[in-house]
Amino acid sequence: MLTQIVSAVLVLGVLGFIFGAILSYASVKFEVKIDPQIEKTLELLPGANCGGCGFPGCAAMAEAIVTKGVPVGTCPVISSLNRIKIEELLGLRKPGEEVKKPVVKAALIKCNGLDTAEYKKFEYMGVPNCQAAVLLQNGPWLCPHRCMGLGSCVAACPFDAIKIGPQHLPIVDEDKCTACGRCVLACPKQIIELVDKEKVVHVKCNSVERGADTRKVCKVGCIGCGLCVKVCAYDAIKVDNNLAHIDYEKCVGCGACVAKCPQKTIIMEDKPQFKGRVALIDQDACIGCTICHKVCKFSAVNGGTPKEKHSIISEKCVGCGLCAEKCPKKCISMVDKA
Amino acid sequence: MSASIISIFIVAIFIENFVLNQILGLCPFIGVSNKIDSAVGMGLAVTFVMVMAGVATWSIQAFLLVPLQLEYLQTISFILVIASLVQFVEMVIRKTAPALYQSLGVFLPLITTNCAVLGVALLNIKKNYGLVESAVNSFGGGLGFFFALIIMAGIRERLDVSEIPEAMRGAPIAFVTAGLLATAFMGFSGLV
Repeated sequence: MLTQIVSAVLVLGVLGFIFGAILSYASVKFEVKIDPQIEKTLELLPGANCGGCGFPGCAAMAEAIVTKGVPVGTCPVISSLNRIKIEELLGLRKPGEEVKKPVVKAALIKCNGLDTAEYKKFEYMGVPNCQAAVLLQNGPWLCPHRCMGLGSCVAACPFDAIKIGPQHLPIVDEDKCTACGRCVLACPKQIIELVDKEKVVHVKCNSVERGADTRKVCKVGCIGCGLCVKVCAYDAIKVDNNLAHIDYEKCVGCGACVAKCPQKTIIMEDKPQFKGRVALIDQDACIGCTICHKVCKFSAVNGGTPKEKHSIISEKCVGCGLCAEKCPKKCISMVDKA
Repeated sequence: MSASIISIFIVAIFIENFVLNQILGLCPFIGVSNKIDSAVGMGLAVTFVMVMAGVATWSIQAFLLVPLQLEYLQTISFILVIASLVQFVEMVIRKTAPALYQSLGVFLPLITTNCAVLGVALLNIKKNYGLVESAVNSFGGGLGFFFALIIMAGIRERLDVSEIPEAMRGAPIAFVTAGLLATAFMGFSGLV
């Protein structure tokens, strides 16, 4: 009895010891040296393995950054703080060096189509996947550029930032969106674009059809009328191929185009009822310097003679805010039209 | 002799398929069957480890446990052997064959204590197989696992784009699929 116990304990103990010894020897003998910088870089990367950088996951990206000198900015989702940390770690940046504020982007769905039967060719009942739907007569919508609304972008998003909202249109949660660009690639209609998160005015259409054709298949599509181009005081909108494009570098988000757009294609983020802004001059503070009168591109400010208090002709004012910006007394404020 | 070896091989792959007939190793079967790519990697890793483990555990049984009359230590010593073996192999592969490590590496630690691997080791002993037969049975078992995993992954890739009732999405439909697949594999019984 005792010998049995002893032999059992011995056998297991010796086996365990031998294997342990082999493993510990192997761990030294077969050690693969990993650059500690790669590990540290990996820790600072987001770790979502979204593949937005083009590498298979964050580990491969970390290796590429350290060994091949791939710029850290290749990662579209990394926070600016971690980017600086990595660059400092690798000696690419001296500590405390000034950083230009990076543009933080988010996905923008360039379609605002309505979900009504009159704009549909047929009712799609197939595989709920935009790519599949497009194969069938270019999708169920009359407008060839209409969002399929079947959620291929939702499925592609690794950050759970997109969901399908009303009218079968995707809604992007800008707080969650990291602009990794997966949805841009997933969309067969190519209506998703990455734009600066801070910008609030967007053209919600991607139709390059002629205005008359667009009007037939959509109530809110861009017809390329060019009214927005005329009303923009900052030269930030161009109409190209029957479609308005906003130059986000120039756009200040005044909303003049939003108020003017006859199709309601251009929208102000989070303000569906936005009707434009108008300048309001504080008569007590105005000194009649005529700067606002000179700066206005729409002749919407009364009073060209010095010392005369100015007033705004609200019918002409588009709410661009140029006067408010230039007023030396800061007595012009921009208010939303009711 | 050779005929019996072939029959062991066929039986191990189809009739006594580890996943679909013996219901062993369901964790990787459900967990790593989302994509065919990873299913192939996992299947190869399991096959590899099974053969190694089958041979190693048979040797432990024949040369250590039986002479010392310690057969009751089978389970614990087999786990010890398999776990250390997998660890060791992982280290060696990582050093000597980085390309192989890239494709198998992530799956190896997952199978260290997989019940299908332990199952094949124990069944080899239970069926009184010799060394060659054990190796063949282990290889067949691994291949059977590989096939089951790939079939499952293929089906699940299709399921991803199908319209499935909300409540059934994800794991539930995977279990139902696995059940149907197992039922289909019952058709092989009586083949040999």
